[in-house]
Parts: sequence; structure tokens; C-alpha cells
Amino acid sequence: MFMEILPALLVVAAVGLLAGILLALASHFFCVEEDETAKRLRECLPGINCGACGYKGCDDYAASMAQGTAAPNLCVPGAGTVAEKLSGILGVDARETKNNVAFVTCNGNCEATSKKADYRGIDTCQGASMLYGGPNACLYGCIGLGDCARVCPADAICVLDGIAHVDSSKCLGCGLCVKTCPKQVIVMVPQAVSTLVMCNNREKGAEARKNCTNACIGCKKCEKNCSAGAITVTDNLARIDFDKCTGCGICVEGCPTQCLKSVCFSDLSECS
Amino acid sequence: MFKSLLVILLSSVLINNYVLSRFLGICPFLGVSKKLNQATGMGIAVTLVMLLATAVTWPIQYFVLNAFGLEYMQTIVFILVIAALVQMVEIILKKVSPALHRGLGVYLPLITTNCAVLGVTINNITDGYGFLESMVSSLGVGLGFMLAMVLFSGVRSRIRESEIPESFRGLGATLIAASFLSMAFFGFAGIVDHLFA
Repeated sequence: MFMEILPALLVVAAVGLLAGILLALASHFFCVEEDETAKRLRECLPGINCGACGYKGCDDYAASMAQGTAAPNLCVPGAGTVAEKLSGILGVDARETKNNVAFVTCNGNCEATSKKADYRGIDTCQGASMLYGGPNACLYGCIGLGDCARVCPADAICVLDGIAHVDSSKCLGCGLCVKTCPKQVIVMVPQAVSTLVMCNNREKGAEARKNCTNACIGCKKCEKNCSAGAITVTDNLARIDFDKCTGCGICVEGCPTQCLKSVCFSDLSECS
Repeated sequence: MFKSLLVILLSSVLINNYVLSRFLGICPFLGVSKKLNQATGMGIAVTLVMLLATAVTWPIQYFVLNAFGLEYMQTIVFILVIAALVQMVEIILKKVSPALHRGLGVYLPLITTNCAVLGVTINNITDGYGFLESMVSSLGVGLGFMLAMVLFSGVRSRIRESEIPESFRGLGATLIAASFLSMAFFGFAGIVDHLFA
């Protein structure tokens, strides 16, 4: 009886031992110097490899942070508590590193624009946009059914008066809403900017104006007025180069349709 | 010779598709098929591991287990070897190609004891394949797994966008869709044999 079990025991033990020795050798010869900081950062992360931070898994994100190329506030499931721990290890202030926030580039509220149809389908922007580009007269604007609000992990987005608003004080800068929006009406902007274009319409002026009184008509008045050369009008839509913009506000005064808006992000907490 | 290898390859991709006909590897099939890029990554990782596992377990079966008359220890020894192998591949990849490690690293630990990997190595022995045939069969099974994952990730993205009765939402609708896909694959049965007749 015992003599029958013995060979099996020996063979399995030998195979296991051999595998163990090979693994030990491999880990010795192929060992990679792991950054001590990266290791500590990695321990603070949730480890579910969701990829919401924009990196391939928690390991990659920790390594990028240790190299100084990633901010410590990008972990979406970990939110505030993890960001605090991470910035503690890196020795930076969690608030300081927060540079980008989401912004809805549409001002087509119920007063300014109209609906071309009464939509009664699935209650999502994704569904509505599949049907003739959505119920709005303007094909480029916010649909306002709140896909972004549902995907926001920080509860920073609300829909008011037919368009979505981002509460920048709550925004984590994860960019999930940007990916979700079927109209690409949400963009990430540096928190420090003071003037933004509140329109996403690329149609010719007359058409844009017909559909929404707050639309950018591409008149180029702001382009001419801007002394810093920060505004360019392409595809009938003004765009601001945030590196050049001085925040003087001349463009906002001259804009005939009020689509350019001076913003102070601390004022934009309408959601509360 | 070439023809028989081709038949093995095609039949393991289409007819005996491990996920859809033999119901092995269902866990990663349902778990990682939500997005196309993840499904492709998982498929590549599984194919690689299957090839490596076959290359190692085939000689072990014929030169170690058979030599000692220990065929009944197959399952345990194979699990041991495959687990160690995947661990080793991970260590080596990390050093040699960090880029590839970042791409596949998330999936490798998941397939350490995957039943599809164990299944393909054991089935190669049961079917009496030679070494080359075993490798071709593993390649086919891996590719078949990837095909099923990629197809299903497309199906799942459609399920996500559509309105489903509440009681079917989530895993229910996913499993029903998987069964449709599986039935569609049964249509391939008998085709390959007649392709080269």
C-alpha cells in the first residue's frame, strides 16, 4: 500500500521542488528594482484595476505617480480618502495638484433654445442622441438627460434648466463624463482659466442663431478684439488658447450672443 | 500531415470552441468581455499561456508520468506546473518586456488556474495528439477563446445600450446572449470534416 503511494508522492514533490527552485532562480535573476515610493503608493490604491485614472491598472498608476508624471487625485473609486493618503506620501497638497475640471460647453437652456421633437424613448442622452441626433433643435448642444450626472463618481453634476452643470469644487477631474457624453459637449479645462466659450455649435452663424439665441455665430469679433491673440474661430466656433488668455474679459463684453462667459470656478457651484 | 493539422486548428477554433461548446473558461468569458480591448488582451494572454502550458505539460506526461506509471496524478501535477509556469512568465516578462507586462500583467494572475488552460492540456493527452498536434490544438483553442471573447464583447455592448425587462438585466441577459452565441457555433459542427474531403 505504502509502496504504491511513495512514487506518486516523490514525483509530485520533485516536480513541485523543481518548479519552486526555478521560480526562486527566476525571481533572483529577473528581479526588477521596485521603486519604494511606488510600492507604498500602490498599497494605498484599491487594487481593482478599473482604469478610471487613465492608466493601465493600479500598478501603472502608482509607478507614474512615483515618477512624478501623474497627479495623486485621479483614483476614482478611492476618491478623497485615497487621494489624501497618496498626496501625503508624495508630500504635496491634494488640492494643489488638482488642475483640470470638467466643463459643459453649452448654454442652450430652456429659454435660449427649443426642441424639434418631443422625445419619449429611453431616458438617457445616449438613447436620445441615437434618434435623429437628439430632440434638441441644436445638434451640438447638451441633451440634458443626465448621463454625465449618473456616471459622475463625485456627484458633482446636476441638470438645471435643460443643461448639465459641473460643480467644480466637487469635480475630481476623472473625465468619466467626457467619455460618456454622446455629444462631446463636456471638456476638461484647467481650473485657473477665467473665460470660456459656452457653445459647441459648428454650424454657420445664421443656422446656429436660429436654433439657439446663446449660440456662437462665428462672427470673429472676439478674435479681432483679443489683444493676446488667444481666440481663434474655426468651424464657426470660437476657441480659446488657455496658455495665451490673460483673462482681461474684453471678448466677453464684445460678444453679441453672450456665448463667451467670464467664469470664476468658485462661483459655479450651482448644484448645491 | 499539413491537412490534419489544419483540421485540428479549425475544429478547435470553431467546432470544439472551449467556451461555447465545452463550457470551459466561462469565468473570464463573462468577467472580462465587457470591453473590446480588455477582451482582446485576455484572449492574447490565454493563447500564450495555453501554448506554453502545452509545451511543458506534454513532455511531463510522456517522459515523467507515463514512465513511472502515474497517469492518475495528471490533474494535480498539471495544475502545479501551470501555476508555476504562469508565475515564471510574469517574472520574466516584467524584466524583459515591461511594456508587454503592463499590457498582459493584469490578466496573467487570472489565468493561473483557469479551467480552459488545464482542460486543453489534459484533452491534448486524452486525444492522443503528438507534440506538434498538441501545440496546434492549443493555438486553435486559444484563438477560439479570443474569437468568442471578441464576438461577445460586441454583443454585450449592444445589450448595454438596449432596454431590457428588469428581471433580465445584468447576468440574466448576458447568459441568454451567451447561449445564443453558443447555439450559433453549433452550426459549425460537421463543416470542417467536409471542407477537405
